[in-house]
Amino acid sequence: MKIVVCVKQVPATTAEKRYTSELRLDRAATEAVINPLDEYAIEQALRLKEGSVVDEVVYLSMGPDSASEALRRSLAMGGDGGVLVTDPALAGADEWVTARVLAAALDRLEPDVTLMGMASDDARGSLVPGAVAAIRGVPLLAYGAELRLTDGAAQIRRLNPTGFDILEAPLPVVASVTDQVGEPRYASLKGIMAARRMELTTWSLADLGFDPADLAPLTQVVAADPPPAKPPAQVISGVGPDEAASRVADWLAERKLIA
Amino acid sequence: MAPPTSTETNTSATGYRLSREHDELRALVRQLAEERIAPRAAEIDEKAEFPWDLKQLLAEHDLLGTCFSERHGGTALDGIGQAIVAEEVARADATTSLIPIVQKLGALPILLAGNDDQQDRYFPRLASGEWLSAFALTEDSAGSDVASLRMRASRDGDDYLLTGTKRFITHGSVANLLSVFALTDADAGGRKGMSAFIVETDTPGFSVARLEHKMGIRGSPTAELTFDEVRVPAANRLGEDGDGFKIAMSTLDRSRLAIASQAVGIAQGATDAALAYAAERRQFGERIVDFQAIQFMLADMASQTEAARQLTYAACARVDDEDPNLAYWTSAAKLIAGDTAMRATTDAVQIFGGYGYITEYPVERMMRDAKITQLYEGTQQIQRLVIARRLLARAGIESRSR
Repeated sequence: MKIVVCVKQVPATTAEKRYTSELRLDRAATEAVINPLDEYAIEQALRLKEGSVVDEVVYLSMGPDSASEALRRSLAMGGDGGVLVTDPALAGADEWVTARVLAAALDRLEPDVTLMGMASDDARGSLVPGAVAAIRGVPLLAYGAELRLTDGAAQIRRLNPTGFDILEAPLPVVASVTDQVGEPRYASLKGIMAARRMELTTWSLADLGFDPADLAPLTQVVAADPPPAKPPAQVISGVGPDEAASRVADWLAERKLIA
Repeated sequence: MAPPTSTETNTSATGYRLSREHDELRALVRQLAEERIAPRAAEIDEKAEFPWDLKQLLAEHDLLGTCFSERHGGTALDGIGQAIVAEEVARADATTSLIPIVQKLGALPILLAGNDDQQDRYFPRLASGEWLSAFALTEDSAGSDVASLRMRASRDGDDYLLTGTKRFITHGSVANLLSVFALTDADAGGRKGMSAFIVETDTPGFSVARLEHKMGIRGSPTAELTFDEVRVPAANRLGEDGDGFKIAMSTLDRSRLAIASQAVGIAQGATDAALAYAAERRQFGERIVDFQAIQFMLADMASQTEAARQLTYAACARVDDEDPNLAYWTSAAKLIAGDTAMRATTDAVQIFGGYGYITEYPVERMMRDAKITQLYEGTQQIQRLVIARRLLARAGIESRSR
């Protein structure tokens, strides 16, 4: 059984994000990390491999050359190989273009399960898992708290308002998982060293049989505004703890945040 | 005799560069240190308990085998890589940084003088972290004056019987394996009559007499060890009879570099804590970080720490190259780094003011921990002796001091 985990390189969550004049994230200007939500997908895949349910875990990323670092960091946690799809024509790709390109790469990799994080930290469109499943014509199991694999089928446990639903679909599937999977592991030193030595596969759009002219994005970013400044915090000082607590309670009650 | 033309002798081409691998290693250790080790530091200090959980954490991430070959299950990092591990762990907790540091210290005599059989027998268990090691040289009255040790190793057929007491042995009570130094020829004295042995601590006759109560690095047990006719096979002797002093000195010439790294880490931890605090603390209506008096202290702490770090890395490169002058470099690095750690932590407490003096904040612990880096693996005064001897020798000046 083979899992391909899609990983995206994103600016570090705490980094100040800058945009280019074309309203694209200036990826060179900020520290890059593996999309933190993808780390749960990596963790899930590696646990299945440790449980001998899965034989092979391969990482797939689309991005600039530097995204190979995200593949290496993923491999340092564990796994068997990495594929980077990179092409200058992919700059500014929206979710639709991304999904089409990933789907084409997955056609070649032929995984039993394509596993993704539930969203990316930088765009949060959450569309790519569904779009990839639709393009490839395979079932989607989204927002799993856990992925289980049996002979010929995949199941996810999904949180609902009263507990968990179990959803099942025949393989191959696309699945996405949430942080309910459990804490992603740290890399080990031997993992880092092994990842350094591993050969990554790189594909261009031409390798995947695309003509860049056919890959026009459907959506376009027309503005990127920072969030409005927050009003200054109200500080309660110079009163005893009981009085302070009662003022906080009044403040919350006024806003109907507590009854 | 002609006066020396210059005291500079170390301007040769041996250089060092940090690589992407070093960056990745630092990122890994820093993440572990910040998320898993730093939150435990105050408790380890207060309870003075060896952090077995963190030993396990370091072992699981292959950080106890950095000095061993891949054949033995290690990762064979270069000197700077090993320094980065010690530095980043010490930045969070000096006690825990001693786990990788002492793992290497105890193994260094075997790395330097052990034969293939000895290395094959013991290194896999040390590299995996299944076993801990320690270095048992110091005795009650043999501290800086190593050659005055009294422990005996008398030949008995194919074995030696070790009898005596070792004192101030870091991790002596938690180690499975010790490098022990004892006199095989008492008449020849310490320099010529000392031999080195690998001793497994479950051997009958070995016992832990007591643990010291210490000012700092309180979670790292410092043990007094008693040997009562501990039977050690001759196959566990390192090198030949009489090689002990040379092995001990070669070990210390290299191992003190780990203390330099630990000191750099402590200094960095204190600097980072002081900067963060100064940016939050307000007095007279301003953040204290905006006062030049504070900025100047922080600037001194940061630049001195950086100087100590770079000297340590330079020394690492000399050790990797087996530079004949490596003792000069490692002593200089340990001297500068130890004093820097003491100064930076003292200044950090000063920046924290009264809050720095209480256990609610980490800097008083760092200050207590820093002191040991001026004492162990050769006091700062011993480092100066080593440096001065090399200095005089290079200039062709005969030393008349002891």
